[in-house]
Amino acid sequence: MSILLIVFLPLLASILAGFANKSLGFVLPKVLTTGALFIACILSWPIFISFLSGNAEATVVPVLKWVASGTMTFDWALRVDALTAVMLVVITSVSALVHLYSWGYMSEEPDQPRFFAYLSLFTFAMLMLVTADNLVQMFFGWEGVGLASYLLIGFWFRKPSAGAAAIKAFVVNRVGDLGFMLGIFATYLVFGTVSIPEILHAAPSMAGSTIGFLGHRFDTMTVICLLLFIGAMGKSAQLGLHTWLPDAMEGPTPVSALIHAATMVTAGVFMVCRLSPMFEQSETAMHVITFVGAATCFFAATVGCTQWDIKRVIAYSTCSQLGYMFFAAGSGAYGAAMFHLFTHAFFKALLFLGAGSVIHAMHHEQDMRFYGALRKKIPITFWTMTAGTLAITGVGIAGVAGFAGFHSKDAILEAAFASGTSVGTFAFWMGIFAALMTSFYSWRLVFLTFFGKARWNQSEHIQHAIHDAHGHGHDDHAHDAHHDDAHAHDDHGHDDHAHAPADIGSRGPDYADHGDGTGGYHPHESPLVMLVPLLLLSLGAVFAGFVFEHYFVSDGEGEFWKGALVFHEHLIHAMHGVPIWVKWAPFTVMAIGFLTAWYGYIRNLDFPRAVTEQLGPVYRFVYRKWMFDELYNTIFVKPAFWLGQVFWKVLDIGVIDKFGPDGAAWVVARGSTYAQKVQSGYLYSYALVMLLGLVGAISWVIAG
Amino acid sequence: MIGVEHYVVVSSILFVLGVLGIFINRKNVIVILMSIELILLAVNINLVAFSAFLHDLTGQIFAMFVLTVAAGEAAVGLAILVIYFRGRGTIAVDDVNRMKG
Amino acid sequence: MIHVIAFYLFAVMTVASGAITILSRNPVHSVLWLILAFFNAAGLMILVGAEFIAMLLVIVYVGAVAVLFLFVVMMLDIDFAELRAGFVRYFPFGALVALVLLAEMVLGIGAYRAGSLSLGTPDGTAATPAGASNIEAIGALLYGRYLFLFEAAGVILLVAMIGAIVLTHRQRTDTRGQNIGKQNRRRPDEATFNVKPEVGKGVQL
Repeated sequence: MSILLIVFLPLLASILAGFANKSLGFVLPKVLTTGALFIACILSWPIFISFLSGNAEATVVPVLKWVASGTMTFDWALRVDALTAVMLVVITSVSALVHLYSWGYMSEEPDQPRFFAYLSLFTFAMLMLVTADNLVQMFFGWEGVGLASYLLIGFWFRKPSAGAAAIKAFVVNRVGDLGFMLGIFATYLVFGTVSIPEILHAAPSMAGSTIGFLGHRFDTMTVICLLLFIGAMGKSAQLGLHTWLPDAMEGPTPVSALIHAATMVTAGVFMVCRLSPMFEQSETAMHVITFVGAATCFFAATVGCTQWDIKRVIAYSTCSQLGYMFFAAGSGAYGAAMFHLFTHAFFKALLFLGAGSVIHAMHHEQDMRFYGALRKKIPITFWTMTAGTLAITGVGIAGVAGFAGFHSKDAILEAAFASGTSVGTFAFWMGIFAALMTSFYSWRLVFLTFFGKARWNQSEHIQHAIHDAHGHGHDDHAHDAHHDDAHAHDDHGHDDHAHAPADIGSRGPDYADHGDGTGGYHPHESPLVMLVPLLLLSLGAVFAGFVFEHYFVSDGEGEFWKGALVFHEHLIHAMHGVPIWVKWAPFTVMAIGFLTAWYGYIRNLDFPRAVTEQLGPVYRFVYRKWMFDELYNTIFVKPAFWLGQVFWKVLDIGVIDKFGPDGAAWVVARGSTYAQKVQSGYLYSYALVMLLGLVGAISWVIAG
Repeated sequence: MIGVEHYVVVSSILFVLGVLGIFINRKNVIVILMSIELILLAVNINLVAFSAFLHDLTGQIFAMFVLTVAAGEAAVGLAILVIYFRGRGTIAVDDVNRMKG
Repeated sequence: MIHVIAFYLFAVMTVASGAITILSRNPVHSVLWLILAFFNAAGLMILVGAEFIAMLLVIVYVGAVAVLFLFVVMMLDIDFAELRAGFVRYFPFGALVALVLLAEMVLGIGAYRAGSLSLGTPDGTAATPAGASNIEAIGALLYGRYLFLFEAAGVILLVAMIGAIVLTHRQRTDTRGQNIGKQNRRRPDEATFNVKPEVGKGVQL
């Protein structure tokens, strides 16, 4: 069955490329892995289309026996239904394009086979996650993507910040995974099985029952769903467990595009949608999901408005859009959530890859304060990123057509409004504000990067590039020593903290600079291997919404999903019946955001600084990501380190080692010092001792 | 009448003398070797006495072998003594603590 | 009667000789007293009826081992004066321990009065055949039952001999002997060779 090929070809390619490493050269591993992904992609689209046309049925393809322990049995099996089909095309398409893109982006990297092996490994794990027929297999995929994320974020492991970011991602994910595991345990305890179809079938029967947890009785389904949602929070970087996502930008840009935009972070949404019959049984859990999603959406959008690193802006944008997906799911509009996931994958991957193209052109400079006037230099990148931005901001005419994000985001907002609950309304307003800010920061990114005057000469990377071009003629080596690692690629996701002293906003280049800021540097367009994925993704960004809306969220929803997830007919109808201002609100705020960005970054370049100075502490608070990192550092990280120190120095060394190996050795050494004195070296004393021993032995015998 | 006990007592006294001779001699390695010979002599007397009183010749055969070994051991021991003397110029043992631990 | 007197004579002499052996300050004296002890022990053995062993004691021990001792004592240039220094310090303690040992040995095996030592019963395989003399009986056993041990004893002696030679063998560095084989192997064409040294330089042989 083609599903087996789809899932296992990437694994095979990953193993071959990974273990052979450089012994096969560079080209063969890349071709193997990219080829495997393209085959998987080509095989996935027909499956998806067959579901679109309504011809396909959900199937389960068993692979291998896994566990048969007493009453607990579950096997490796691949489930293909509409939900899976959607994820298959998303994962394989984006992954294949990212593989191709990496040919160009990572061309100067000495460790390429490892990179491609990790990418394929990740793809395999993600595919296992989405084709899982039981919760444990899904958890296997869950952990697998976490592992691949760690490996890829920390790909440039010689850089300390990359290693730290990888650990942070893994540890924060772990917290979520704990919740997920507890959820699986609770599920097994309650339902007696981990097989997903059986659980979903039995879910309604558990509504209203209670379970003991931490000493109190709670509603069963609420407990289970909340625990599972904690896992989703960790994986999808919702508020509270979001801190790892911005730091994950330490990884190479293709990684960010694949993992932290299109696939891994959407695993949480996927899980909620897959288990939607369960979540439906607990209204509390749904409200919590909605609230958390809405809060995340708002929070991330605020922070994204202030960041200077191009990748971080897009990262916070991802976080915010994930919040959208969650509150859609929480409001019951699972189809809308999946639709947004689908379109988001395309335009977010597009934005990341486009950012990578910009970074590539600007010799690894990521700070947007050093960009400007790039649209004539890298036109294709410019137009594709514009397409992506149009998609994310949701440009479109209500009721007619629009870019991808327009259809999906509007569907979500309508669903939130139409759900009628107070938390739904809260989510709606949060979503509206977030849409405004999304529009603002997205256009801000485009204007800062592609428009205005060039501000490149202030950038260290550009100066480095110019020095390199002039052949180290008058280099001061002390300057070069600043470039850590001095490798071809370090995407620093360097935190802007270092560049943000008291005069935030006034630091860096003067936007009103009238001189030529290029410094003699000439950015060039990316190679074709990098542009083709951008072009293909922009096709998706432009058309995906319009083409597929009918299947995902409209009247055709029932036929498409066919029970893969819960859909509420009445919600769909309510969505159609929302007031006209609700339908126009997203467009309105999008326009406001666009105009504000245009004003601040094209028309009146002093405007941003004026605003930040006015807002002062508020600005600083938002810029510092609402101080979450500092908070967690104080509450969790420092005590953990302190505890570790205690366990190490006091207990491990001071107690266990001291009384154990070291103590034994010390006793032996001291004892032997004393015992040594018996060996005088004189024969006669030895003879005397022997005699005494003999006398003693004889006495013993006689006495006894 | 003379019984086997008498011979055993004689043999024991000789044995003890030999043992005593070993470790009260600090100045003379040769006397140590001679003390060993005394010990072996005591053992021989014992063996022969028992052999006679038991009418079993095994004891005498064994005494002969003891004799053989004692002779060999005396030869090698004296050779060692000669070398010891060559190296040190004296046969006093109380300065020799080369085996000190 | 005479048997008893002879026994006590020999016994006392043996013990006394042994004691003086170890207490003597002059090593030559010690050896001589040792020889006397051997003779008296041989006498004791003759009393018991083991004349072969007694003769063996005299011939081997006295004739070979004690003479060897004497040779070595004479050969080593021993400073007698130095040896006179006392061992008085350690003597009491050692004597005490020795006395204890003696007491245990005698008392422990029950040899403190006649008849109190219980002998075992031999299995008769090595019993003296009737009519044969001691030496004939020993000969029969030695070359019969204990042949292997006899040969092994010969090997032990061989090893001891080789060991003694190896230990004391030394190369004399101040003499130069002839290597006959080397002399015989010399050929005329390699006996001499011509050298043309440079002025001021010597010949490298």
